[in-house]
Parts: sequence; C-alpha cells; structure tokens
Amino acid sequence: MPAVSKGDGMRGLAVFISDIRNCKSKEAEIKRINKELANIRSKFKGDKALDGYSKKKYVCKLLFIFLLGHDIDFGHMEAVNLLSSNKYTEKQIGYLFISVLVNSNSELIRLINNAIKNDLSSRNPTFMCLALHCIANVGSREMAEAFAGEIPRILVAGDTMDSVKQSAALCLLRLYKTSPDLVLMGEWTSRVVHLLNDQHMGVVTAAISLITCLSQKNPDEFKTCVSLAVSRLSRIVSSASTDLQDYTYYFVPAPWLSCKLLRLLQCYPPPEDGAVKGRLVECLETILNKAQEPPKSKKVQHSNAKNAILFEAISLIIHYDSEPNLLVRACNQLGQFLQHRETNLRYLALESMCTLASSEFSHEAVKTHIETVINALKTERDVSVRQRAADLLYAMCDRSNAKQIVAEMLSYLDTADYSIREEMVLKVAILAEKYAVDYSWYVDTILNLIRIAGDYVSEEVWYRVIQIVINRDDVQGYAAKTVFEALQAPACHENMVKVGGYILGEFGNLIAGDPRSSPLVQFNLLHSKFHLCSVPTRALLLSAYIKFINLFPETKSTIQEVLRSDSQIRNSDVELQQRAVEYLKLSSIASTDVLATVLEEMPPFPERESSILAKLKKKKGPGAVSVNELEEGKREGGELNGGGERGGDNSAIAASNASTPSPSADLLGLRTGLPVSAAPPSAGSLLVDVFSEAGVNDDGFLRDLEPPTESSDSLLAEGPGDSDSTPPPPPSVVSEEPAPPLPESDELLNKFVCKNNGVLFENQLLQIGIKSEYRQNLGRMYLFYGNKTSVQFLTFTTTVTCPGELQSHILHIYTCIIQLNVQAKPVEPLIEGGAQVQQVINIESLTDFCDAPLLNIKFRYGGALQNLTLKLPVTINKFFQPTEMASHDFFQRWKQLSQPQQEAQKIFKANNAMDTEVLKAKLLGLGMALLENVDPNPENFVCAGVIQSKAQQVGSLLRLEPNAHAQMYRLTVRSSKDTVSKRLCELLAEQF
Amino acid sequence: QMHFLLLFSRQGKLRLQKWFLPLPERERKKIIKDMTTMVLARKPRTCNFLHWRDLKIVYKRYASLYFCCGLENQDNELLALEILHRYVELLDKYFGNVCELDIIFNFEKAYFILDEFLMGGEIQETSKQSIVKSIEASDMLQEMSMAFEGGRQTVFKSFL
Repeated sequence: MPAVSKGDGMRGLAVFISDIRNCKSKEAEIKRINKELANIRSKFKGDKALDGYSKKKYVCKLLFIFLLGHDIDFGHMEAVNLLSSNKYTEKQIGYLFISVLVNSNSELIRLINNAIKNDLSSRNPTFMCLALHCIANVGSREMAEAFAGEIPRILVAGDTMDSVKQSAALCLLRLYKTSPDLVLMGEWTSRVVHLLNDQHMGVVTAAISLITCLSQKNPDEFKTCVSLAVSRLSRIVSSASTDLQDYTYYFVPAPWLSCKLLRLLQCYPPPEDGAVKGRLVECLETILNKAQEPPKSKKVQHSNAKNAILFEAISLIIHYDSEPNLLVRACNQLGQFLQHRETNLRYLALESMCTLASSEFSHEAVKTHIETVINALKTERDVSVRQRAADLLYAMCDRSNAKQIVAEMLSYLDTADYSIREEMVLKVAILAEKYAVDYSWYVDTILNLIRIAGDYVSEEVWYRVIQIVINRDDVQGYAAKTVFEALQAPACHENMVKVGGYILGEFGNLIAGDPRSSPLVQFNLLHSKFHLCSVPTRALLLSAYIKFINLFPETKSTIQEVLRSDSQIRNSDVELQQRAVEYLKLSSIASTDVLATVLEEMPPFPERESSILAKLKKKKGPGAVSVNELEEGKREGGELNGGGERGGDNSAIAASNASTPSPSADLLGLRTGLPVSAAPPSAGSLLVDVFSEAGVNDDGFLRDLEPPTESSDSLLAEGPGDSDSTPPPPPSVVSEEPAPPLPESDELLNKFVCKNNGVLFENQLLQIGIKSEYRQNLGRMYLFYGNKTSVQFLTFTTTVTCPGELQSHILHIYTCIIQLNVQAKPVEPLIEGGAQVQQVINIESLTDFCDAPLLNIKFRYGGALQNLTLKLPVTINKFFQPTEMASHDFFQRWKQLSQPQQEAQKIFKANNAMDTEVLKAKLLGLGMALLENVDPNPENFVCAGVIQSKAQQVGSLLRLEPNAHAQMYRLTVRSSKDTVSKRLCELLAEQF
Repeated sequence: QMHFLLLFSRQGKLRLQKWFLPLPERERKKIIKDMTTMVLARKPRTCNFLHWRDLKIVYKRYASLYFCCGLENQDNELLALEILHRYVELLDKYFGNVCELDIIFNFEKAYFILDEFLMGGEIQETSKQSIVKSIEASDMLQEMSMAFEGGRQTVFKSFL
C-alpha cells in the first residue's frame, strides 16, 4: 500500500489534528476548536466561493470536531454540496458527514435524497455503493419512502454488480427494519430467496441477513429458503478448507456464512422433507465431529471461527428440540468446554447449557455437570463467568438437587459480587419456593437470605414468606420460633424485623407457652428494634402490637403505655400518629369479642396456579409435563404462588369499618354506587395494609425472573371472565344501530389523557362537558349534555358500551374478558332548548384495558334523528396511584422490568413547545408520581405509579427524555405487563 | 445484528464510533461512557464477553486500542470477536502495521474501510481481498474526473 493513499493531501486537517493532540488541557483544546470553528464559519459565509477541496477539508474538520464530542450545528449544507461533486473523495467525505451527523431538516433531506437518486442511477458501482451506504446509515423513514421501491429492483437486476447487490441487500434490510410497511417484497420474494444460490459468496453472505429477517416476519412466504439453506450449508461443511479461497478464514470454510445459514434455519421448524432433514442432520453431525478433530492451526482465530459454527449448530439443535441423540452430543460437547482453558469457551458453554437444561431430552445430561458448575461458581476469577454459572445452576435445578443448589448459592451469596447479589437473592427465593417439600426448609432458607443479604431482599421476597406461612398452618409454629430466634441477634436486618413483626403478630401465641418466649419477652424483643427502624416498619410493628393485645391480654397495659407515649401518639409522621391513636382507642373501647373479630388471624391468601408451572405447560404443551408433576406443582406451587392479592377478606372489611376512616378513605363516596363485593380493601384498613404500604409491585415477583424468551404474561395476568358484571341492556327508544365512532373521537380522547374535566365534544347543536374523578380502580364521570339550540331535543338517549362487552355478545361469552364495568344512569329523554342535563357514569376497572368505552347519543332535533358515537375518555392511566420512591428503588425496579416485552418505547416529535412546567403538569395529570432527583439528567422526567384494577395491580415506570435541540422526545415505559407498557406509550406519545 | 462499534484507547479516549441504529446523542454518550468504564475495568485474561442492558458486549484489546461492539441477544459472540479481528486485519493491510496514530490521523479512512466490511450492523463482505481491492480502487478514483456524457467515464488519473 503506497503511503500516499493515507493522507490524500488534506494537510490542513493533519495539522489541526496534531494541534488538538498537543493541547495540554481541556480548556486549550476547546479554545483551539472554537478558533477553528470560527475560521470555518467565516470561510463558509465568505463571499469567495470555496473550491471543492477546501470544502472537503473543512467538512472533514467539522466531522473530526464532532467525533471529539463537540456539538456541530452548521456545515450540513456544504456537506450536501459535496455529494454532487464530481470528485470521488469529495463525494465520499460528503456522504460520511451526512451519515454521521444526520439532520432532520426537511429541505436538506430533499437535497440529500436528490443526490442519492443521481448516484443510484449513475450505473457507477462505486457511487451506487456510497449512496446505498448513506441510506443504510441514515435509515430514516423519509429515505425509506424515497428509496424502498427502487432498491429491490437494484438487488435482483441481472446486470447489477456483485458489490452493489451486497450493499443493496443490506440497505434494504435496514429500511425494512425502520419501515417494514414501505418495503413490499411481493414480486421479488422468490428472486431474493434464490440469492442463496448465488455464485458469489459475498452476495450470499449479505443477502442471507436480509432473508433471515424477512423470514422471521413472513415465514410462509420465505419457506423455500430452508432447502436452499440446507444444501448451501452442506456444500460448505463438506468442502475442504482451501476450496473457498478467500472465504476461508483461518482454515475454516466460510464461518460467517455458515453461522448465518444455521441462524436462518432457526426461524423454521425441522424440515418436513425427509431428504432435506437427513442432509441437515448430517451437516450437524459433521460439525459436531469436527469439534473433536485436532485443530488445523494454533491460532485463536481458527478455534473461534470453528467454535462459532459449533455453538450456532448447537443452538439449532436446541431450537429443534427433537433429536435426542444430537441434544446429548451437544451437551457432552459443552461439558468438555466447561473445563476448557479458554475463559471465553467456559463462558459460552455455561450460557448455552442454560437453554439445554430446559429440554426434556438433555435436562438429565446437563445435571451430570453440577459439580463442575458449582466449582465454577466458586473458583472462576471472572465475575461474568461466575454469573453464567449461577444462571446455569438455576436452570438445572429440580427437586432432586434443589437443596444442594440452594445451599451452594446461599454460601456463594456471602462473597458474591455486589452487582449480582440482588438477582441471586431472587433466584434462591424462587428455587426455595418452587422445590420446597418441607416448609421449615423454605422458611430457613428465606430467613438465611435475609440474614446474609438483607439489603438485597426486595419486598416481594419477604411478602412471599409471609403469605406462605399464613397459608400453611403446619409451618406457622416453626416460623414463629425461627423468627424469634433470628431476632435475638444483636444486629438484625430491618427486613427480618418486618417478617418477625408480622409473624409474631399472627402466630406469636404458638410459642408463648415457653417461658423463654413468653408474650412479654416477644413484645420487648420486637420493641427493642422499634427505634432503629424506618417509618413503614414501625407502622407494621404497631399493627403487630395491637394484634398482641388480642392474642395476649396480659400485654395490654404495657402496649397501651407504649402507644400512649408522646413519641407515638404525637409522632410527627401522620401514619404512625394515626395508627397509635386508633389502636389505643380500639384497645380501650372495643370489647374482647369485637377485638377478636377485628384482629382475627389473617385468612389464607387465595390459591392460584403457579405462574412458573403455567409457563412450563405453555412452553411444552400439556403432554410434556407428567400428571404427577402437575398435581404436585398445583398442590405446592398453587398455594405458594398466590400472588399479592387479597380477596374476600373479612377482617379487612371489619377493620376498616371499626377504625376511623383514614383521611384518604372514600372522600369521593365512589363506593356507594357499586356492589359491596367490588369494594377493594380501603386504604384506611390499617390492619391489613402491610402489603399495600409499599405496594408498588404486588403482582408476583416470580415473573421478574422468567427467562425473557417468552412473554411473561402468565395465567396470573388474565382478568376474570366475569359475565355477571354486564350492565343491563339500555332502554331502546330509537331502534337505529349506533353510529360508528366519529373519526375525531380518538383525538378527543387524547385530550383527556392528562386531565379529567373539560369539553369533550361540541357541534352546532350539542355540547358535551365532562367532569370525572377516580380513585383506586373506581371512577365516576359526570357528563353534561347542553342543548345549544332553542329547540327541544326529543327522545334523547345515551348508551355506553365497552368494546369487550360488544364482542361477548357476538362471540362466546366465556372467552371474552370484560375489562371495564361501566354503568350509566339513564338521562332525561327531553332537553329543552338552551338547557343542560347531567348523567352519571360509574366505572370499575376489572383488569387492564386498551379500548375506551363508547358513548352513543341519539336524539331527534326538528324531526331529524341525530346519531353520534364518541369514545369516553376512560384510559388506563386514570387508575394510576402515584408511587413515590427514591432514586435507588426506582432504578432497582427499572432493572427488574428489563424483559424486552415489558418495555415500550417511542421516539416522537414535539407537537407543542417544550416547556418544563407544562410537561410537569401533564405528567402529574397522568396520575403517576413525578419523581424529582432520580434521573441523573435533570432535564429528564421519571414517574412511577401503580395501575389499579380489580384483578391486579400493575406497577409502571416511565421516563421521558426531551431533546430540545432536535425537538424530539423519547418516551420509555416499563411495567410488569406488556400490554400496559404499550398502551401507556401510545397514549402518551400524543400528549406532548 | 451489531448495534454499535467503538474503538477507544487504554486511557478511555474514543477513536472511532459507529452506530448502526439511530440513537439520540445523549444515549450515545451514555453508551460510550458505560462501555469505556466497563471494559477498561476488566482484569486481564478475563473473558471477552459482557452483558449490558439487553445487549451482549464483545470486546478485545489490540495493543493500545480496545475494539468493543454491542450485539443482540441471539448473535454469536465468537463470530463477533472475529469480526473485530477481521477489521483489525483490514486496517493493518491498508495502513501497514496499523497503530493508533494511523486511526487518529486518518479517521475518515477507518470509517471507509469499516463501511466496506459492515453495513447496518451486518456483514457485507468477509473476503479480505475483495475489501482491500475496493478500497484501493476508491483510492485510485481520488482524482477521477467524471464525464457523464453518454454514461461513459473517461479519465483515470492517479493522484500521485
């Protein structure tokens, strides 16, 4: 390579770069850059027209400055000018600048697209490639609109050069990913598939990425690629290392293409055609055999390329999950790698084995490596490898080895890296619960967890141990004894105090016979921790104390004294003060019988099928899990996986009736209009609210850890098929069918996402105003229908329907899930001219929902029937309860909701001025808590809240990142339910 | 599909950044910061793979430079290592004993070479010969003057 080709004469650039490198300080660098920017600006603005060379040089300098991390806000036009230069390097630099500093200025884009169009039609392969690269680098919607039609033509045209085909294939892939709707393959499909047969290996390598992506989205249309891929693969696998010339990489024939072929095959089930399948199995066997052959080179590149193919083949074998012989061979091969001297291979083997462990054919084979994996957990020097080992132990765990694995993980936790402790804690908790045969073991394990890693035990974990203890009376005495002992430790974790307080409050009587744990000893032990604890824990302890008064009348005077002390009854924290006052009063006024009723032992949590088991069944089909295992799972998992829900809770209602309503309880009086059974436990029911106290995420922590391969929507997430809640049919006065919703009804709906009151609709005749209020999962809406004319409206009727309910009449009632229960009071059938009538609508959210209820209005005006349908602005965010949390908690939860489907994200242009105060007001109107000082970037907004519905609570987190420069927002929503994230994101994207 | 490729020095100075997906500037800066701190904190002889958010990170050190890329979950880590290696080979072939300074002073060339090799985060061409040939060809074209009359290209003039 001649030395000249490097600089191509831009001396000024080289000088500038050296200047920057010679700067002694950041300040000096900035000074030098500003000087240069001023210089370039004046050159660009100057009267003298710049020649192409200077333009290129300055554009290149700007690029360099940008890549150093400085903002560049000019030079785009000059770069665009370079695109139409007739000198190759000028054009090339122009394209590079455009690709790196994409600008959304529409005038510029028009010019860029023009230049690209010219180059694409130039028939000069080098220029065509530059243009295609630019399209792929920018990849915007506008570019897709301009070129998505042209590129497939270039790709399949007979006279296109190979290098252009390669670029065209990948460029098309890029556009397909940005705007799948614009890339219409239709007529090109079969010619694109046949690129797999192309003589040029480079063309095949590029095209297969496109084909793989298209196959994932339209498997049926592309299924002919399977046999082509198999034969191509077979030719490569059987070729000698020199056959493929430059496509052989360190003695491995075409590793990239081989891997991509194997990856493409993973989009499909095993081939049905016997011959094709036979050929493929042969390929896979050859690949496995080659792994055993001595290496052809000592270079790591050789073994990496070879093993890359091997791992991809194993992925395919696991994907098919139908060839026991291959699965076991794959497992043995990975077993060898577990002890390989290359850290990379050990890492990958651990990772790959995790998926093998879930196959019924290889689960046992994986289990034989348990000692090696445990050893890896203990001895690997690299934390990422240790983490994979922990993952694999988790994946290979079953009843037979649960105790061993849980014990190993617990002992590792002591020394585990901080970065992975939280995840380890969750894993131990899940395994302990899932495979608990004897519940004292389960209780011991969780208490150990709290002892060893209390800081990392999230509330879900300690909620679960309490739920389980409450549901299983055979373990209650043991649990009481164990927590009592654990609390003796001089320094015990606050989570231990929580569990201890709750369990002793419920079951302290079971150990009270022993004088060493007499009621007073228990109380004193708990109370000795009181002053060290945070407010929520203290609140919990106060509830435990009042339960003590019921369990042990002899402690009454001591406890009353504590409650009466100034530090309780005049506590500056409202919640604590209120509890102290109420409990004191309750204990002095109520008779023993009343006390016993109100403070009765907590009823069992409702049984639910285990979400883990449900997932297992879903994944493998009902036949794959033996009946035994199912029943076993139901018995144990069922009770254990009750989720954080409290239903049919007598003592809850009793307690809320007995205690004075808390300030937040039922101010709206919403509950009176609804059946009693629909009333959720009031926030005022102090005795039962340990779960709702911090209850951001009551919906089952098991879901957080399921592997991300499948939707986390377990059976748990489904709402009740409650057909009783269908409202009575509306009085039909006018027999005409309701009109379809007005085209603008969505827009009208969007106006009310962040506010509750306003004018919903107005035309020349009618104005509809709305006032609404929401609490928990209930809402009440007042509609005001105003007659704007001087003439009467006759036979005025309104009907409210929910989309789900409409379906349920047509389809099967049982399959339809009713998401909202909406009851509208009838309205006066006559509205005088100029008068207004009011209608009340009660709304109950049963589960999460997307579609708003429809409001149909019919009336006669001067003889003509008016018929219009609107969407009632009932959106899922109305049922938000704001959740305040600290930065640390926020990020912890954010991390927990990291499965791809739990997140929804949108990037969109600002429709309104980006005023911080307006944004804040909107976000508050949304109903979530706006968290200050959480996001490290003060310009971002983060919010947290829980969506309440009868069936579930869905914790949601939101992050809004405004980019004032680009006038864009990026909105990210994470919640424990994918549909909720998606819906919130859609709703909000229209608000700013 | 590769999401990004970063080259940075042992001191954490960024030498090359290639983004295969559109990301806002702030997000890019965050990634750069996270990658440099994470990768530079790794001890020697640890494995070349990391998990970060939902991406797989593959990195390798060549002399004073770290090559680091972010992959999707189903992508093949070993193959990504060899993508990095092939890129190094291409740089080396072009510059001859490539060193960090070559990349600093000829950053645009480093981008052009990468563009011949990868597009949209996917492999476009794996053959070293083909890639080097097309880069040489474009160097030859440096002073090519264009005459589009009748669609014919006329004069090739080497720059020196």
